[in-house]
Amino acid sequence: MQRLFRLSALLAALLLILAACSSNTGGSSPSGSAASSGDPTAVCAADKFGCVKVASGDKIEIATALTITGSTSSLGLDSVTGVQVAIKDRGQVAGHDVDLKSTDAGCSNAQDGQTDAQSLVADPQIVAVIGTSCSRTAVPAMPVLAAQGYLMISPSNTAPSLTDPSSKDFGGPFYMRTAYNDKVQGAAVAKFACEVLTVKTAATIHDGSPYAQQLQQVFADQFKSQCGGTITAQEAIHVGDKDFHPVLTTIGAAKPEALFFPIFDPEAPLIVQQSRDIPGLANTKLISADGAKDDTFISSAGPLAQSLGMYFSGPDLNFGSTYTDKFLPEYKQIAGKDPTSVYHAHAYDAANIIFDAIEHVGLKDSSGTLYIPRTALKDYARGVKDYKGLTGTLTCDPNGDCGASFVSIAQLKPDASGKLAFQQVYTTRSAS
Amino acid sequence: MRFRLPQRFNLVSTILWGLRIVVAVLVLAGSWATLSSGKLTPDAWRELIVFGIAQGSVYGLIALGYTLVYGVLFMINFAHGDVFMTGAMTAFFVARNFGESGFINANPIVALLIIFAVSMLTSMLVAIVLERIAYRPLRRAPRLVPLITAIGASLFISNSIRGIYGEQSQSYPSVTALQGRLDLFGIPILKTQALVIASAIVLMIALVYFVERTRTGRAMRAVSEDKDVAALMGINVDRIIVTTFAVGGLLAGAAGVLYALVFNEVDWFMGFLPGIKAFTAAVLGGIGNIAGAMVGGLTLGVLESVGPFLLLGGANVPSPNQLRDVIAFTVLVLVLIFRPNGILGRSEPGR
Repeated sequence: MQRLFRLSALLAALLLILAACSSNTGGSSPSGSAASSGDPTAVCAADKFGCVKVASGDKIEIATALTITGSTSSLGLDSVTGVQVAIKDRGQVAGHDVDLKSTDAGCSNAQDGQTDAQSLVADPQIVAVIGTSCSRTAVPAMPVLAAQGYLMISPSNTAPSLTDPSSKDFGGPFYMRTAYNDKVQGAAVAKFACEVLTVKTAATIHDGSPYAQQLQQVFADQFKSQCGGTITAQEAIHVGDKDFHPVLTTIGAAKPEALFFPIFDPEAPLIVQQSRDIPGLANTKLISADGAKDDTFISSAGPLAQSLGMYFSGPDLNFGSTYTDKFLPEYKQIAGKDPTSVYHAHAYDAANIIFDAIEHVGLKDSSGTLYIPRTALKDYARGVKDYKGLTGTLTCDPNGDCGASFVSIAQLKPDASGKLAFQQVYTTRSAS
Repeated sequence: MRFRLPQRFNLVSTILWGLRIVVAVLVLAGSWATLSSGKLTPDAWRELIVFGIAQGSVYGLIALGYTLVYGVLFMINFAHGDVFMTGAMTAFFVARNFGESGFINANPIVALLIIFAVSMLTSMLVAIVLERIAYRPLRRAPRLVPLITAIGASLFISNSIRGIYGEQSQSYPSVTALQGRLDLFGIPILKTQALVIASAIVLMIALVYFVERTRTGRAMRAVSEDKDVAALMGINVDRIIVTTFAVGGLLAGAAGVLYALVFNEVDWFMGFLPGIKAFTAAVLGGIGNIAGAMVGGLTLGVLESVGPFLLLGGANVPSPNQLRDVIAFTVLVLVLIFRPNGILGRSEPGR
């Protein structure tokens, strides 16, 4: 038995070597989609951050820095699958296969973003990074990546400060995102609250993260200025806490008509559960946002949120027929399940922008080695204009905001199979 | 404690007195501003206090484990938070099955008793194994050594649970019988919290009876006084120490289920924060003192619940509840400055 095993292992190894050899010879033939001409040595010497060299037959390496473990993993793994679909759809980029290195940048702890960025810049073969999931981790990751000229495109960072040059959190020239800016989301939620829900008073809760803090602030400002509403409290909680009765009691004292808490799992479902224990919040409409709009929330507090008619803001996922007929089936094939969150299409676009940029700025020498100058790569990606992506027509502004998707508000309702799912009840997309 | 003017005003005592006055003024000014602003109704204040007592009871139950072990071994069992977590995580599987089969709502008392039993026995077993493997071989080592082992054991237990049960948090089924409010002497309190407070009282009484009235309890106190002399008197010291860990584990297991019933969620990391808070509570109350652990737990719970809004709400500090831990731990530091042995602690000459 053991001998048989050894033999088969040996055979497998031999086969692998053979396969590797054959792919090597196949890859060395010059590829038609090869990039622009020019002298690679001169271009790379002129580029401040040099070039990534991909030898003929080697794979182009890109990385994801998303949250892939813990309670926020349904947000990050969803985007990872989006990138995998993009790689599969694309096939080869500039004549090379693409290899994805999936790393964990975490979400709730800013330090994790920095640690992950350091591990990424330690690998000089990584061309560009798709990440992070949470704005909080992008803030410390960006200086590390930018110092080495690594481009990062985020599929789901929405905090306004990341693309605000006057903020200390500003992502800088190597940062861009395909998600919308929360200035858009916050305004949309405020508009929905006062025009559709017709509430006049609201309270907010954030968790101290740039995303939650800024989103609730935009909401509060817009709620006051656009419809003359009153904000009764702007409270904050700690990530990792479980007991929110005290903070909910102080909020409930003013009996707000709506409570907006754009935070993550597991705090968001806990707040939904514990809000039931507070008499002052019995008739308050609960609104959360894209950070909690995922499967983990449904499994923790789905039925309760459904019975309360709770609302969730997030990107409008009506991206058209390419999305429903082509992207979603491929997603299901790769992940083995339906999307677990809402930023898969944004990750798909982010990956494709990187591939386009590589094909556009990459240079090949006589031996077929691909040279990708880092500064030129970032300049091309940041200069994207009228790009027909899955999420819409993307055009980057000078600060790295490229998102084109609209904001929608969803509720939890049973889908065709009887499973609870987020179903859109309101959108900022004009019906045309 | 007798108050008398120091013989000589030296620098340290002047600073301490200044600090006392500043703290008192700040606390009074903050509370006055909040109370006079009338932002919260008396009902809301009462709610805050009840929430604090319920949370504090859980801290107190865990703190008892710290205090018992400290009383006997003079070491801090930092893995105790994970003993608490292990019970709640294991009992989750029983609770989930009861929830799915409907047994938990058909027969809530029996179901809850079984869940409690599973959690308490698991925690007890983990505590016993922990003592046998991690602490007993180091009994004669310098006091810093078991402390480091405890931290290692804590990481080992929590990550083992993470490996066995997964990273995702699991939700406990909700018990219909525990939903809604209970009218207690005209005060409507949540049934889950009533259960937490009642269980804490019962367990506390049982523990005091055990330590004060039984032979094993007496032996435990003797070991706490002096291990060597106790051994000479024919007490099996090893057995008493194991018993101490077992009792601490039982209480932690009960606290785990109570915690899970209030928050409906358990995960592998749930032991860390309550563990730290309970350790704080034990120190606050006077470590080594059984009543002190409960007093410390309740004090910390109420402080966390009422403190932020009471002290900062009136001063219009934005989001005072975010500063909850700051306030709770500031109080800890202040208590330790003014009463280094905790609220109920006695000074231990020679230690």
